[in-house]
Amino acid sequence: MTDQAYNFAYLDEQTKRMIRRAILKGIAIPGYQVPFASREMPMPYGWGTGGVQVTAACLTPDDTLKVIDQGADDTTNAVSIRKFFQRTAGVAVTEATTEATIIQTRHRIPETALTKGQILVYQVPIPEPLRFLEPRETETRKMHELEEYGLMHVKLYEDIARHGTIATSYDYPVKVEGRYVMDPSPIPKFDNPKLSDNPAIQLFGAGREQRIYALPPHTHVVSLDFDDHPFTASKAAHDCDLCAAQDSYLDEVITDDQGNRMFVCSDTDFCRSRREAGHLGRLGTPLSEVEQ
Amino acid sequence: MYVAVKGGERAIDAAHAWLADERRGDTGIAVLSVAQIREQLALAVNRVMAEGSLYDPDLAALAIKQSRGDLIEAVFLIRAYRTTLPRIGASTPIDTGRMDLTRRISATFKDLPGGQILGPTFDYTHRLLDFALMAEGETPASVISAPVSSPTGETGVHLAAAVPHVTGFLNRDGLIQTETPGDSTPPDLTREPMELPATRPLRLQALTRGDEGFVLSLAYSTQRGYGRTHAFVGELRIGTVAVEMDIPELGFAVQIGEVEVTECETVNQFTGSKTEPPQFTRGYGLVFGQTERKAISMSLVDRALRWQELGEDFTGAPAQDEEFVLMHADNVQATGFLEHIKLPHYVDFQAELELIRRLRREAMAEREAAE
Repeated sequence: MTDQAYNFAYLDEQTKRMIRRAILKGIAIPGYQVPFASREMPMPYGWGTGGVQVTAACLTPDDTLKVIDQGADDTTNAVSIRKFFQRTAGVAVTEATTEATIIQTRHRIPETALTKGQILVYQVPIPEPLRFLEPRETETRKMHELEEYGLMHVKLYEDIARHGTIATSYDYPVKVEGRYVMDPSPIPKFDNPKLSDNPAIQLFGAGREQRIYALPPHTHVVSLDFDDHPFTASKAAHDCDLCAAQDSYLDEVITDDQGNRMFVCSDTDFCRSRREAGHLGRLGTPLSEVEQ
Repeated sequence: MYVAVKGGERAIDAAHAWLADERRGDTGIAVLSVAQIREQLALAVNRVMAEGSLYDPDLAALAIKQSRGDLIEAVFLIRAYRTTLPRIGASTPIDTGRMDLTRRISATFKDLPGGQILGPTFDYTHRLLDFALMAEGETPASVISAPVSSPTGETGVHLAAAVPHVTGFLNRDGLIQTETPGDSTPPDLTREPMELPATRPLRLQALTRGDEGFVLSLAYSTQRGYGRTHAFVGELRIGTVAVEMDIPELGFAVQIGEVEVTECETVNQFTGSKTEPPQFTRGYGLVFGQTERKAISMSLVDRALRWQELGEDFTGAPAQDEEFVLMHADNVQATGFLEHIKLPHYVDFQAELELIRRLRREAMAEREAAE
């Protein structure tokens, strides 16, 4: 049911070419923010317009698309973006990480390891890792040019001086191939290790801020830290209450007004496949019973 | 038994249906036609065209109807449509000196060639609610007399003939800074990413499609001393201008339509700087439709942003700060980013929860140890 009034994947070919050039430049200079002429999309800025434009520029009719928000395929905005591409590109969609050729994500990297040939597209609100230390784009660009990242280290140091630890739990800055400091988008720092040496292509699109950047496969990515305060990926100290996974990132769900809560995988596909494989958590019900 | 939150798709469909229902309102009330909006809410239509950067009164009226009167939402609808349109070419520059005027005033001269034309303005109305408008029946169509334009007695229903700009008179005496004409193609921020520092044409483009409220407040701040520019409205003119385009096959330009625009030129007192002699300086505003608040605001902000070019001091005023102004003037960008915090952020929030819990635990333990 492709809308005939619009080109394949909504954007016209000229625009896609412009975006592809930015992507290629980004891949050639890992971690560098490439300015691109972001278009108004039919969804608001802040809803993933950068990711949507990157996905639109990468999609071919043979692709299989997966869209997640907060790790889940069925959150409202993930549903909305997936529908958009079903409507404008008519591509196959999936919830299975392993089946997808392109995965658009907001705030998470899937738990299942990505493979060669897959593209992970991140939605990015503020692409500039130095933005909250220096609000001016003219200044931050200069800082990147001169590789002047002292301000960032001062900030991390001040965190340690004040809190005894680096008080950044998501959107945790990384250094790419020893050169550019990069904003990994607001993924929890739990996901940061997956950025490095990943066999998939990782593309980052910031629509409102008009920037694209990229990590080609197997790029070396290091989370910023100090020798005596090494980076640690953290998550809630629980197992998933549905699938008993010990190593997945968890959402905390308040289950009643007595303060009871449960912890469940934020990656819905990961959790479901584990339950299908017979894993059962503290509060889980075997899938066979749920279906009835 | 807990079942993870499902049903995003059903919820979205239901929300859309409910929205459509709310948009229509009470079906006992006659439906509002797009033509009615275009004709009777023309100033809203103008604002949507100006900030949507698309001159099409019918589509702007449709957007207002579809957005339930939320003008920023309407601007967004127009922008999202506009971005899909192919570019067939560029018009030749419009000539506002040959504007078919409906309004033209100067605050700097009592009378001037071409005359003062008050036109359809709220300026001297008393802001008393007209309950007659509410009592269904419109007041009978008043007879619009041919406008008496100026004290010189010229009438001006059609002034399509050239009406010189006020700043031109000052220029003849060398009292106002001259704008150097240029033939270079101005940049287009809808096709190229914004690059800073920006050129004046790019600044003007950003301002003319910038949010009216934002540009107004910035202009107001300059009047109150944050980057004061001592502005006079040298001239404000509203009317239609011909849009012409060079047709390669013909070898000359033909008129392809006309647009209504509001143009404002401010004349600003200037006592000179290290680089420039004492002279009047200018600010410029040009906006689609009858949108004079916006055009005046734009010209004040334009003038404030020219501090560097004129050798003035940067006082740290927001209206002087190009990056601040240009990066925050667009209401479609602003509203998107502002409202996106409604989207789920529970992954990040969860990470914050863990962090705060840990920091608290450590702080409490320290406090206990100290006691």
